[in-house]
Amino acid sequence: MQLTNKTKPHLKALLTTATCALLGTSAQAATENSWEFDTAIMHYAETDRVSATEAIIAGEKTFDNDEVLNLKLTIDVLTGASPSGAAAQTSPQTFTRPSGNGQYIVDADTTPLDDTFHDTRVQLTGQWTQPLLEDYIVSLGGNFSKEYDYMSASLNGNLARDFNQKNTTLSVGMAYAYDVIEPEGGIPKPFSSMVIGNSDDLGFDEEFSQTRIAGDETKTTLDLLFGLTQVINRNMIVQFNYSYSTADGYLTDPFKVISLVNTNGEAQEYLYENRPDKRTKHSFFGQAKYHFDSGILDTSYRFMTDDWKIDSHTGEVRYLIPLDNGHYIEPHVRLYTQSAAEFYQPFIHQGQALPNYVSSDYRIGELDTYTIGLKYGLPMGKNSDLSFRLEYYHQAPKHNGTDEIGELKNVQLYEEIDAIIAQVTYSF
Amino acid sequence: MSNVIKPKRIVKCESRPQGFTLSFFAMASQCEVLIDTPDKSLAIKMGNIAAYETWRIEDKYSRYDSKSLCSKINNNAGEQVDIDEETYQLLNFAQHCYEMSEGAFDITSGILRKAWLFDGSDNLPTKEKVNHLLQYVGWDKVTFSSNQIRLKKGMELDFGGLGKEYAVDRVVLLLSQVADVPFLVNYGGDLAVYGKRKGNEHWQIGIEHPSFAANRSPIITLNAGAIATSGDANRFLFKDGHRYSHILNVVTGWPVENPPNSMTVAAPNCIQAGFLATLSLLQGDNAESFLKQQEITHWAIR
Repeated sequence: MQLTNKTKPHLKALLTTATCALLGTSAQAATENSWEFDTAIMHYAETDRVSATEAIIAGEKTFDNDEVLNLKLTIDVLTGASPSGAAAQTSPQTFTRPSGNGQYIVDADTTPLDDTFHDTRVQLTGQWTQPLLEDYIVSLGGNFSKEYDYMSASLNGNLARDFNQKNTTLSVGMAYAYDVIEPEGGIPKPFSSMVIGNSDDLGFDEEFSQTRIAGDETKTTLDLLFGLTQVINRNMIVQFNYSYSTADGYLTDPFKVISLVNTNGEAQEYLYENRPDKRTKHSFFGQAKYHFDSGILDTSYRFMTDDWKIDSHTGEVRYLIPLDNGHYIEPHVRLYTQSAAEFYQPFIHQGQALPNYVSSDYRIGELDTYTIGLKYGLPMGKNSDLSFRLEYYHQAPKHNGTDEIGELKNVQLYEEIDAIIAQVTYSF
Repeated sequence: MSNVIKPKRIVKCESRPQGFTLSFFAMASQCEVLIDTPDKSLAIKMGNIAAYETWRIEDKYSRYDSKSLCSKINNNAGEQVDIDEETYQLLNFAQHCYEMSEGAFDITSGILRKAWLFDGSDNLPTKEKVNHLLQYVGWDKVTFSSNQIRLKKGMELDFGGLGKEYAVDRVVLLLSQVADVPFLVNYGGDLAVYGKRKGNEHWQIGIEHPSFAANRSPIITLNAGAIATSGDANRFLFKDGHRYSHILNVVTGWPVENPPNSMTVAAPNCIQAGFLATLSLLQGDNAESFLKQQEITHWAIR
């Protein structure tokens, strides 16, 4: 019964062949050469306003020497109506669409919404990350997105260095973006008055075109990022980031107007808004993750300040609780508050000298928001993961101290918004 | 044996300096997965994947479980039984083992247990009883295809010699696809490691086995591959000054002469290590020299 080794082929080689069929290719080969994918569908819906559906597919591939390639395709479809910037009135108001093609009427006591929003955005992102020398990691990437009237392209680079047996990581990064906006109907002339009338009338087009200064505009944005990540102990990791961002060019929203009201608070005209052509932001971000026996606590805080005088504070907490069956549940709370830009006002009074810059966009006014939500994740067997996220978002623009006059006292200038965010993610 | 009470199926998580140890009970062994990660939720996720896969394999191939596929095949010996792809691959592997060992390694040999009870006594079976059982032993009497198997009436399959090692390898494969963190899968001394540990540190493994008194457990250093151990010093018969080992020659049905008490073997996969360890014991006196000639790393205890 004893084997005669001289005549037997090498057992190790024979076994390798036999095992290959049983266990497939070797375990290492399986991870190195396969792509990992994340797919997600997200739906965002504000009551009576904008709703957006977003589909994402992201792939990650790791190569033999720890190089990582990430590719991501995002498609957004936006529909619904967003505030035009004009103030609500006690009587109905007529507006011309931003394109100049047609008018729409807004009911009394209603925040004027421009309902021409319908856009599809396609975004493609690529990022290459690889180790460089000892302790260094370099990452380069690009981004391109296109929608009907907007194009954005950007490049970024990041260098990270590990210290202290990889317990400390310092990183510096830079990103440069170039954006072009080409709204249908052109770029409106700041402070020009919205032309209201029958767009089929002779002379309407001529009058409308006099409120236009160009077909398109551009802006550039430069971001610099400095980061520190520190492992405190086996259970805790902290991160600090500072970023500097400067944008140059056309920063005005061509779709937004502001109501020019008389002493009775009645809108006389709607003037196209105007914002400065430069904005510099500083952002300070801190994050701590702590692994308790019962879950993972993730807390973060961000302070942002810019030369438009908007200061904002964001606090966020997530707590991941693993369940016995391998699933997990993750509650999430986010609080946000911001001060208004110095040129924000809800309307302009006729008696008032026109400022250099003005906008009644609630998004740069005083604003508080909160988000509460829950995520539920479940592994789907081999290598795949399914998760559901449901969040409630509440936005409360605040009175900025401007005295309301006449009928404006009887309408809601700072309307609150509720939104629901639902997301399904599948990773495989 | 069909009414074996199964221990509760729970996965325990304990923290240790470089990560977490997930443990559970399966295949009559304490099973442990050591995962080097600070991420407890990831460790728990990986522990659950390991446990569910192992219990799945146990439920499918245990001959003690009357609901298993193995029992179904055994209870229907003489007839065709449908099998799936995984079972076909396992049978194929068993076929390779049978061929490589020139018939010495045979997953139909378990039935000889009906004659041999290795309880330390002097109760040798009769030659007639052993010879009677031998007609039901022999892999060459089994026919199988990619979707069916047929045993001769009275025959039995026993995946015991491969099942635990196969589970270790399957779990390594699954976990390696979950996250790129180093881990060790140890099912009662049959084990495999994956990934590069921080600072290229090796895994230090004390092999615990029925053969080893606590102070004789070898400490093995491993940074890749797998280890398996065969043999049991506590299972033997003793009569007229002769020690009968529990390693049976499937041709004679009688114990192999003078095998080591246990053999621990290193190989790229656990199922390879397990096969080589068992095969070496079947060489009796020549166990060590057999592995040496094949240039296979091993640790023998006599």
